[in-house]
Amino acid sequence: MKKTTALITASVCTTALTFSASLLADDNFITLASTTSTENSGLFGAIIPTFTEATGIDVRVVAVGTGQAFEIARRGDADSLLVHDTTGEEQFVADGYASERLDVMYNDFVIVGPSDDPAGIRESESVSDAFALIAESESPFASRGDDSGTNRAELRLWEDAGVTPQGAWYRELGSGMGPTLNTAAGMNAYTFTDRATWAAFENPQDLTLLFEGDEALFNQYGSLLLSEEQHPHLKHALAAQWHEWLVSEEGQQAIADFEVGGQPLFFPNAK
Amino acid sequence: MNAPLKTLSHSPVGQHSLSSVPALHFQQASFEHRGHALLTPTTLTLSGCQRTLIMGPNGAGKSLLMRLAHGLLRPSSGHVRWEGTPPVQAMVFQRPVLLRRSAIDNLIYALAVQRVPRRERKALALQALEKFGLASLAKRPARVLSGGEQQRLTLARAWLLKPAVLFLDEPTSALDPAAIKAVEEAVNEFHHNGTRIVMTTHDLHQAKRLADDVLFMYSGQVLEHTPAERFFDTPASSQARAFIRGELVW
Amino acid sequence: MSASDNPFYTALALILGIDSGLFDIVALSLQVSLIAVLIASALALPVGAALALWRFPGRNALIVALNALMGLPPVVAGLCVYLLLSRAGPLGSFGLLFTPTAMVVAQVILVFPIIAALTRQQVEALHSEYAEQLRSLGLSQLRMMPTLLWDARFGLLTVILAGFGRASAEVGAVMIVGGNIDGVTRVMTTSIVLETSKGNLPLALGLGIILLTLVTLINALAHLVSEAAKRRLG
Repeated sequence: MKKTTALITASVCTTALTFSASLLADDNFITLASTTSTENSGLFGAIIPTFTEATGIDVRVVAVGTGQAFEIARRGDADSLLVHDTTGEEQFVADGYASERLDVMYNDFVIVGPSDDPAGIRESESVSDAFALIAESESPFASRGDDSGTNRAELRLWEDAGVTPQGAWYRELGSGMGPTLNTAAGMNAYTFTDRATWAAFENPQDLTLLFEGDEALFNQYGSLLLSEEQHPHLKHALAAQWHEWLVSEEGQQAIADFEVGGQPLFFPNAK
Repeated sequence: MNAPLKTLSHSPVGQHSLSSVPALHFQQASFEHRGHALLTPTTLTLSGCQRTLIMGPNGAGKSLLMRLAHGLLRPSSGHVRWEGTPPVQAMVFQRPVLLRRSAIDNLIYALAVQRVPRRERKALALQALEKFGLASLAKRPARVLSGGEQQRLTLARAWLLKPAVLFLDEPTSALDPAAIKAVEEAVNEFHHNGTRIVMTTHDLHQAKRLADDVLFMYSGQVLEHTPAERFFDTPASSQARAFIRGELVW
Repeated sequence: MSASDNPFYTALALILGIDSGLFDIVALSLQVSLIAVLIASALALPVGAALALWRFPGRNALIVALNALMGLPPVVAGLCVYLLLSRAGPLGSFGLLFTPTAMVVAQVILVFPIIAALTRQQVEALHSEYAEQLRSLGLSQLRMMPTLLWDARFGLLTVILAGFGRASAEVGAVMIVGGNIDGVTRVMTTSIVLETSKGNLPLALGLGIILLTLVTLINALAHLVSEAAKRRLG
């Protein structure tokens, strides 16, 4: 019994020691608050190693909804911010939480739905038409309903289509993009998604891509340099390197090189 | 099973002269629980190095009186006081309470509680085990011993405390005759070494074998406190007479 | 269902492949939960025992509160720790958010009430059996504590395992305070959520099977140790 106790104590201590050692390992990293679309598609997995190789700086990604990402940055819990809600980003700068916002890249939104397309949106002229057709036919539509960047974009498009989405066919899930796609697949409903998450999604069941290509569906990503006055403790120097690298030739090339299944998902457009 | 007690030559128990055991006074001590008077106001004195047997039917308040005397309970009114410094006491319960460890570790534990120096504990514990015929069971888990062995172990534990007063609450009620004999021998061994015995029993024969004096209780009252011979020959109260005739069920 | 869609096959492939990423995730899961349970036990065992031994005003309220907190939603615990450790929060200056330490803190908060409340029950039951004997031996309440905790050790082992089960199974708290950062704060449960959201259900379930297997192994080990000790000590 005593031997066992000693053994357990020893192993626990060893664990605790290696654990604290790993915590103290190095400080040469930044925490980046970003959206699930960029992380889940594998973009960061592809471009961060290139950045780390060039600068020696590691980037730790906290992937959450756009709303939560803003909140994390506002509270000073992340060194850098990369999201896709241009209006919100500009407001963030205006509020003094960030000193600079730069266009980095865009991807686009698409509409996916049951392969038999009950609302007949395949041949729509514009995204407004497509949304109007879904509302008219009252075909089930799964909305994220979580005030994320994607959700905000979706709501703007309903407005453009002149539809107030409500009724039994319109289902607000209050979930992230992945869970929403899982649910839409389960209910065989239409849904609005960013192309990156869709491309990397592995449980489509009967869902298929039905509408794409309208310019109104472009989804701009911006990088924000957070305010030194608001949060002096942040790793501003390292974060600035990341911010600048993203819009540099090298960073833009890394984004362009990222593909899923031979298909590029993000299109660099830094000015 | 029933190893006879080794005779004492070098007892770890200090010899108590009769006068060294202080007297215990109950002064109008009573005990109530949820409005029920379980002990009516009682005044009595326990003194000398006697073997006092508390007798009476079930529910008479025997165990309660003993717990008040030992200090496990406080009286609701009145006082229970030792004359001078309270002496070292030990108690043996009807159901042996032993810790989940080996027989010898139970004894070592009791010594540790008494702040006996660490290096002396094992030798003292072994002596006590030897004395109570438990040496071969030293490493056995205390709680898998037989009822008789467990009770002898609690007596060995009490022995190590060198008590001036030993309380025993129906210590033999769950034991077979051989084990009862071992407990009674142990009680006398304590007594010979100057320990005052206070014990409850409802076994008349046991009381006759052991008692120097008897406290007879009935329904929360102490009806008699007399030398044993007088109690058994000419009990004063009708309840005691009935009890001795075996008419009062317990 | 093709072989690669089968979660058991996926789990097996993950284990056999000994993917170093998976190893890190498993190791971090175990480290975080074991350390959390260790710290929670160190705090909760004495607190539970004290609640069993002492009567004081507000004791019942405290017991009810602890029992209720056994059902504390992990997300709520996570949110509280997040607000506490956030730069804008009272402990923000330590910079602990999005680190394994933050995850340990959150899990300690989740596990503490379970261990404290169940310890209280176990020790109280044992105390009712031991109290008179221990007081007769002259022990104060304070000195009874270690004795009762030690003698209740087999029951308490189960209590601690229940705490470990909660720690290793929860996802809501570690997701919020850890951030599910790849290679830093990604653990089994957050990986499962991530893979589920990517629609990679076989991989998610495969990870679930590995997690369950590990927890089962730890429980089996604890069970064997305690059974062996019980046989020896009665």
